[in-house]
Amino acid sequence: MDSKFDDDMLVCRCEEVTVGEIKEAIAQGARDVVGVKRRTRAGMGLCQGRTCEKMVQQILCQELGISPEEAGCSSIRPPARPITFGTLAGGMKE
Amino acid sequence: MISKEIVIAGAGPAGLAAAIEAAKAGAKEVLVVDLNLKPGGQLFKQIHKFFGSSAHRSGTRGIDIGNQLLTEAKEYGVEIWVNSAAVGLFHDRIISIEKGLDSGEKELVNIQAQKIILATGASENVVRFKGWTLPGIMGAGAAQTMINVNRVKPGNKVVMLGSGNVGLIVSYQLMQAGCDVVALIEAAPKIGGYGVHAAKIRRAGVPIYTSHTIIEAKGTERVSEVVIAELDRSWNPIPGTEKVLEADVVTLAAGLKPISDLVRLHDLKCVYNAAFGGWVPKHDRNMESTQPGIYVVGDTTGVEEANTALEEGRLAGVAAAERLGYLTQTDASALKDDIWERLDGLRMGPFGEKRMVAKNQILAAFPECAK
Repeated sequence: MDSKFDDDMLVCRCEEVTVGEIKEAIAQGARDVVGVKRRTRAGMGLCQGRTCEKMVQQILCQELGISPEEAGCSSIRPPARPITFGTLAGGMKE
Repeated sequence: MISKEIVIAGAGPAGLAAAIEAAKAGAKEVLVVDLNLKPGGQLFKQIHKFFGSSAHRSGTRGIDIGNQLLTEAKEYGVEIWVNSAAVGLFHDRIISIEKGLDSGEKELVNIQAQKIILATGASENVVRFKGWTLPGIMGAGAAQTMINVNRVKPGNKVVMLGSGNVGLIVSYQLMQAGCDVVALIEAAPKIGGYGVHAAKIRRAGVPIYTSHTIIEAKGTERVSEVVIAELDRSWNPIPGTEKVLEADVVTLAAGLKPISDLVRLHDLKCVYNAAFGGWVPKHDRNMESTQPGIYVVGDTTGVEEANTALEEGRLAGVAAAERLGYLTQTDASALKDDIWERLDGLRMGPFGEKRMVAKNQILAAFPECAK
C-alpha cells in the first residue's frame, strides 16, 4: 500500500495538505485527527474535512498502528455549512 | 425565532417517512428541510427497479417511491423547505436553518422544535491514488446525480473503481447516458455486488478487472489516462502488471460514510462502527439519541439502503408523535412492533446479516450513556 502513500500526494484539497506533511505532524506528536488538524490545517478548509477526514484517519492508523476509533474524528462548530456573514447577521432579527 | 412541533433535517426516504408518520398520527407543525433544490434525497436518481421483498416495493423504481412519498407528505400537510441547510443545533432543541428564499436570497431562521429528527444521510468515500484530485475524478454517486437528475454527461470514457452494487448499477446507467465505460476495477479478488448487475455490464462488453487497483491518474487540465495494476494477495501492486487506460472520467464507488455534522455539533454520543461506515450516533429502539427529543434515522445512523432508511424514519415519526401525545402507548407500540419486524426482515441474508449485527451493537451501546 506504500506506493499509494507517496509523500507529495494531496490529502486535504481545501488546504492543500500532503501525505508528507501529515506524516511530519505525526512525527511531531499528532496522535489523532484533531492533532493532525491543529498542526497542518487538514480539514480546516471550506469542506471542513468532509472529504479528507477518513484519509487522515487511515494515515494515522497506518503510521501509528492504531484503530480508526483511536484516530478519532474532528470537532465541529457552527455553522455546519458555509454561510455568508450577511445571512448570519440577518438571522439576528426576531 | 419561530417554533415547530417537529423539525426534520433531510428530505430523503428517512426524513420524509418520519414526517409522514408523525403527521399521519396528528402532529400539526411538521417541517422538513433539505439543502438540495429538490426533496427526495437519493431516490430521484435511482431510475432502476429496487430489489427486496414485495412489502418494500421491490420492482419499483426509486424515483417512483420518491414521488409517492412526496405526494403522501403533501396530503398530510407536511411543510418542506428546499435549498435550506441546517447549519446549527443548540441546547433546548433549537435548530438553525439557512433558508433558501424564492428570491434566491438566503435567510437564517432559528427554530425552537419540540422534537428534532436528523436524517442527513451519507456521503461518498474517496480513494487516494496519485492524481486523485484531478478534475474528472468524482464519486460514482455524483456521476449518477449528473446523468439522472441534471442530465449532464460527466465525460465520455469512464473508468469505474469498485464493483459493489453502486459501481455496477452506475456503470450501466453511465452507458445508458451515452458514456463508454472503459473498465471496472475491483481490488478484491471477486465482484462485490449482485451477479445479475455484473452480468448486465459484462454482456455489454465492459471488462471487469478484479484484484486490480488504480495506481495513478494522469492529465493536465483533467484526467486523460488511468494507470491500473494487478494486486497480490496482500493488496500490493505487482510490478510489471501496469496497464494504461485512456479515460476522461474516473468514478469512485468505494462506499459511503454517515454525515454526522449536526450529530457531532450537539455532542450526540457516538460509537465507531466499521460495517456502518464510521462514527454513528447511539440510539434506542425509538431511534432517540443520547440527547432527549433528538432522533437519528437512515444512513446517518449507519450506511444501509433506502428501505431501512424509510423504516427507521417511520419509527422516529411514530415515537415522536407518541411523545407529543398524538398516539397512545398501545397504538404506538403496535406500529413500532410492525416496523421492527420489517426492519429485521430487511437485515437478513448474506448482505443484510452484517447490518443486523452492527445495528444490535449500536442498540446495545445505548444504555451505557447518560440520558
